[in-house]
Amino acid sequence: MLWVDKYRPKTLDQIMVHEEVAQNLKKLVSEQDCPHLLFYGPPGSGKKTLIMALLRQMFGTGAEKVKVENRTWKVDAGSRSIDIELTTLSSANHIELSPGDAGFQDRYIVQEIIKEMAKNRPIDTKGKKGFKVLVLNEVDKLSKEAQHSLRRTMEKYSAYCRLILCCNSSSRVTEAIRSRCLNVRINAPSEEQIVKVLEFIGKKEGLQIPAGFAARIAEKSNRNLRRAILTFETCRVQQYPFTSKQTIPPMDWEEYISEIASDIMKEQSPKRLFQVRGKLYELLINCIPPEIILKRLLYELLRKLDAELKHDVCHWAAYYEHRMRLGQKAIFHLEAFVAKFMSIYKAFLIATFG
Amino acid sequence: MAPVLQSSQPWVEKYRPKQVKDVAHQDEVVRVLTNTLETGSCPHMLFYGPPGTGKTTTALAIAHQLFGPELYKSRVLELNASDDRGINVVRTKIKDFAAVAVGSGQRHSGYPCPPYKIIVLDEADSMTEDAQNALRRTMETYSKVTRFFFICNYISRIIEPLASRCAKFRFKPLSEEIMSSRILYICKEEGLHLDSEATATLSSISQGDLRRAITYLQSAARLFGSSISSKDLISVSGVIPAEVVQALLAACKSGNFDLANKEVNNFIAEGYPASQMLSQLLEAIVEADDISDEQKARISKKLGEADKFLVDGADEYLQLLDVASCTMRALCNMPEEFSYES
Repeated sequence: MLWVDKYRPKTLDQIMVHEEVAQNLKKLVSEQDCPHLLFYGPPGSGKKTLIMALLRQMFGTGAEKVKVENRTWKVDAGSRSIDIELTTLSSANHIELSPGDAGFQDRYIVQEIIKEMAKNRPIDTKGKKGFKVLVLNEVDKLSKEAQHSLRRTMEKYSAYCRLILCCNSSSRVTEAIRSRCLNVRINAPSEEQIVKVLEFIGKKEGLQIPAGFAARIAEKSNRNLRRAILTFETCRVQQYPFTSKQTIPPMDWEEYISEIASDIMKEQSPKRLFQVRGKLYELLINCIPPEIILKRLLYELLRKLDAELKHDVCHWAAYYEHRMRLGQKAIFHLEAFVAKFMSIYKAFLIATFG
Repeated sequence: MAPVLQSSQPWVEKYRPKQVKDVAHQDEVVRVLTNTLETGSCPHMLFYGPPGTGKTTTALAIAHQLFGPELYKSRVLELNASDDRGINVVRTKIKDFAAVAVGSGQRHSGYPCPPYKIIVLDEADSMTEDAQNALRRTMETYSKVTRFFFICNYISRIIEPLASRCAKFRFKPLSEEIMSSRILYICKEEGLHLDSEATATLSSISQGDLRRAITYLQSAARLFGSSISSKDLISVSGVIPAEVVQALLAACKSGNFDLANKEVNNFIAEGYPASQMLSQLLEAIVEADDISDEQKARISKKLGEADKFLVDGADEYLQLLDVASCTMRALCNMPEEFSYES
């Protein structure tokens, strides 16, 4: 079992990073009731962990007995009926799914599953709760129509089920939904907190950690706790006992992008552009999301540039990322960014050195 | 069906004024409608104004006061944006309801019960133009037995022929004193403790929208218990603390790109929504005294563009960085055009 899963806090009391939020949530559900919740925050900040712990707090250990199901829904969409397949995780009291996986048909999924939950509610024995919980991941990827239909459904079925929504950026969730939920912001853990968690894991595993080693991992992790723990485990596999000089292995795709960045800096020509394109394809084939490639590339380029060029470059990065979002094929826009950068940089070199 | 728990009822519903005279701050409308209650005569109405100022509340209250609970179901049709409201609905549902004749006006168990029905069209500005056009004739044909209440945020989205058939009432945003008096009333009823600073914060972050203020208050009460500070309210509302906005602005003023980049990175890691940052940044810049008009215009233009890009789904970090870089160039009087564009 990976350490990330092994040391994932199971209850609200065990949570180390967002103690205050955890205690507040505990208070919230202790009154036998719970509003709709919207968790938002950057990746690796602990949203999911908090949600799982919250479910356990509400329903006891039963919430941990989950089964994975691949289900098919038959949906009547006006004149025709369509089949939608989706993987869900469910226990007796909750269902979890990522409606974004259904693409543009997400609207039907949300309505259909909530209606179904309303039909077979858990029976209200010995004062147990009479509602189920639906956990929706990545609501920021939901289409606008789905979000609109969600807002009606949320009110109509509020007696039967509670929604817990989870997303990275709350700007992409419509105001109508945000105002119907209790918003919980989860910030990324600070580096000190990451160090604390790493030391805790080290102690449990019986490892000796040299001074400053955990801090270096934390610094590399970009305030992403999941990534910090994964890196920590990688280091453990590579070399133990740790030495304080030990190199922390960077992600291979990051190294690859930094290679691309230095390629671009060295030569600006159509031939080089062609080579870079091959490398970008390589990254895309390996399922690195294009916006992450672009962001990382920008980061690498900004590190090497003069201050006066930085404004131009970051403007064009934002511009092409937007175009990428509107368009279909990411490679065009990545390449366009590289070409734009080359042209700007070349003009800058000529202007400076003649 | 299990009984809905008392605490799960939103306070917005719980404290919705039941009578027209309880509606705060909208004196004109209240005066006209009180008159209606006495005489029983009523024109078509068009309520417009920003959200949370009491438009729906007023419409529902007058309907309840005119007909009472018994007749309400048969005399009032309520349609809002989440119901289907295409042209078909106008042609069938609304027309059918409008065409039904009602008995002559007799007082019924203490309510005036005038001889007409009321159709409330909430969020009428989201109706299509075709649907609005289809309503024109219906309104006139059945004007003997039906009154229409249109409710909308933007009067410009209601077609002129409809607007000219109605008595128009503008609902003003609530002033801070009225907000705080209402908030304090709810606090007293719910047994909450709010210090004066928190009350002021709540009035200012909700910007004249009483519904939003009450929602924030309830969320804070659920999360933090009965004594609420202004910090709790800010964390519930998703408003970004002023220090964070100022820090970004200061970084832009310094003219150091890397510093601004670091601030933006931090901001994203803290998980605040970028769209909120844009609107608060706009507020801070418009109000600032040490920025020239031209600089303000440059920054505002960029903010508008970035907001549109965010709606399209662009990445928050990149957009915010672009905004920060543009703000910095404006504040440090660097040229607007990029120097090395070919």
